[in-house]
Amino acid sequence: MAKRIDVSGLTAFYGAHKAIEDISMTVEPRSVTAFIGPSGCGKSTFLRTLNRMHEVTPGGRVEGKVLLDDEDLYGSGVDPVSVRREVGMVFQRPNPFPTMSIFENVAAGLRLNGGYRKSELDDVVEKSLRGANLWNEVKDRLNKPGSGLSGGQQQRLCIARAIAVEPRVLLMDEPCSALDPISTLAIEDLIGELKERFTIVIVTHNMQQAARVSDRTAFFNLAGVGQPGRLVEIDDTERIFSNPSVQATEDYISGRFG
Amino acid sequence: MSTALTPRDGAGVRRGAGLPKWSLWAVAAGSVALAVGIGLVAGLTSHVQWGLIAALLFVLGTYGVAARAEGRRQAKDRVATALVWVAFLLAVVPLVSLVWTTVSRGVKVLDGYFLSHSMGLVADSEPGGGIYHAILGSLEQVGLATAIGAPIGVLTAIYLVEYGRGRLALAVTFFVDVMTGIPSIVAGLFILSLMLILDLQPFGFAGSLALAILMMPVVVRSTEEMLKLVPNELREASLALGIPKWRTILKVVLPTSLGGITTGVMLAVARIAGETAPVLLLVFGNPFINANPFEGAQASLPLYIYQQYAQSAGAGAAYDRAWAASLTLIAFVMILNLVARGIARWKAPKTGR
Repeated sequence: MAKRIDVSGLTAFYGAHKAIEDISMTVEPRSVTAFIGPSGCGKSTFLRTLNRMHEVTPGGRVEGKVLLDDEDLYGSGVDPVSVRREVGMVFQRPNPFPTMSIFENVAAGLRLNGGYRKSELDDVVEKSLRGANLWNEVKDRLNKPGSGLSGGQQQRLCIARAIAVEPRVLLMDEPCSALDPISTLAIEDLIGELKERFTIVIVTHNMQQAARVSDRTAFFNLAGVGQPGRLVEIDDTERIFSNPSVQATEDYISGRFG
Repeated sequence: MSTALTPRDGAGVRRGAGLPKWSLWAVAAGSVALAVGIGLVAGLTSHVQWGLIAALLFVLGTYGVAARAEGRRQAKDRVATALVWVAFLLAVVPLVSLVWTTVSRGVKVLDGYFLSHSMGLVADSEPGGGIYHAILGSLEQVGLATAIGAPIGVLTAIYLVEYGRGRLALAVTFFVDVMTGIPSIVAGLFILSLMLILDLQPFGFAGSLALAILMMPVVVRSTEEMLKLVPNELREASLALGIPKWRTILKVVLPTSLGGITTGVMLAVARIAGETAPVLLLVFGNPFINANPFEGAQASLPLYIYQQYAQSAGAGAAYDRAWAASLTLIAFVMILNLVARGIARWKAPKTGR
């Protein structure tokens, strides 16, 4: 059920400003692909084009193709809402819905989309929370507000919320940057388990993290301030971190950047 | 003595304040006593002047005492605190005085009979009668105005915050600003002109329309601010789950800001509940009970107050009734505010563990 993503010639704009230019890559199913690169190089922007969240930003516009198992996400007549059901997303800062309980947060995707049976809901919530390694910590307080959890727990709650709607692909935008090392470890372990079921794309500033969790790594860079970000190379993580084919990648990874 | 207290002496961190707690109360009491003395000696008749002199003496006295005992920097801090207290008292005094006046004069005739009877067959100069008809009229007119104004206002705000781009949104914002400044009598005249064109007699709903016009911009403004407070991350989180935008707004954005929106609507209701001018023009007033807001003149609380007071010549039964009705109106608005607070607290985003 995990799906492959094929991106070709993708360019994204904020109004007149070109944020990323001409990006092509393939993301393999049931694997973890990490995006690394300096701030402002368009990693997050590119990630957001993969589930059409980029166009939510005022002025956001995309050219090019994103194929999800041969189906163009930007084809005419494709509903962005249905795309986002296939391609879920976890954000940088944990953002549980403040008016909802833990249970309601996980159930939100199903509930607000309709078309579920009441009896299913309990199972789905438990399965998702187990999937996010959070069940044992919250099973006794499912009716408490989600905002009462710790930061790491909130982030896992958000992951549970995202996987509850059974997406094919899970996008993660720096999911650990607001968390302490222990919570980070919990999330990284979780990513290792989730890749059995989902195609995972993760943006990270932490190169050790990219080396630890990902199967393939893509390095993004930009030529200068105001220039659009570009994909420098994408390869197996091992190769990127041991013997990258582009000098800029090696400079960035070894800290000799700029 | 003062040499030991300057910070430059290298004494390091000094512990605690040099002034005992009661000393500021002593300063306050002293300045009040002094102000009364000055007032009596100088023959000032106005107690407001006494109060202002006391406030001034309190600020100066605080500085003087603190400067002697604690040093200049702490004295400045004390003065800032004193100024805040004085400002607070200056703001509270008129409020307390107003409530006190209204309560003390209003309770005279305010009882169950007053609340449950109309002015039908009671002449304005006679005692007796009540405000049942006015309460009924106010509830109906304000209720209808809210039923029209609040949804339109909230929807306009949702449009402006969630959808509005470009010229239309700018135009709407501009006209909402203009509407905020419409005097209530003008809103009344606007509906009156329609009534004259359609050749209608005064009736309650006409007043509701004018009140709705007055209410809308207030609701739009407050709702807009509340919606802007909802973090964008929540909208994105919801959209990223594949939830359509309209459901995101309905199920995530609105519940998150419901407390604030309710408060804004209630403040707008409180504002229109006290409007007299459009009601005077459009509803006309009626000493009899008229429960139908769509036909015939009705009464309303502010209008009743105005009419009773205008006919009382400053004393007598009508005068008492005007104050009792004022007290009722204040209580009405206060109950609404309490309800709004309750809803806001009940619906506020939960933070407990």
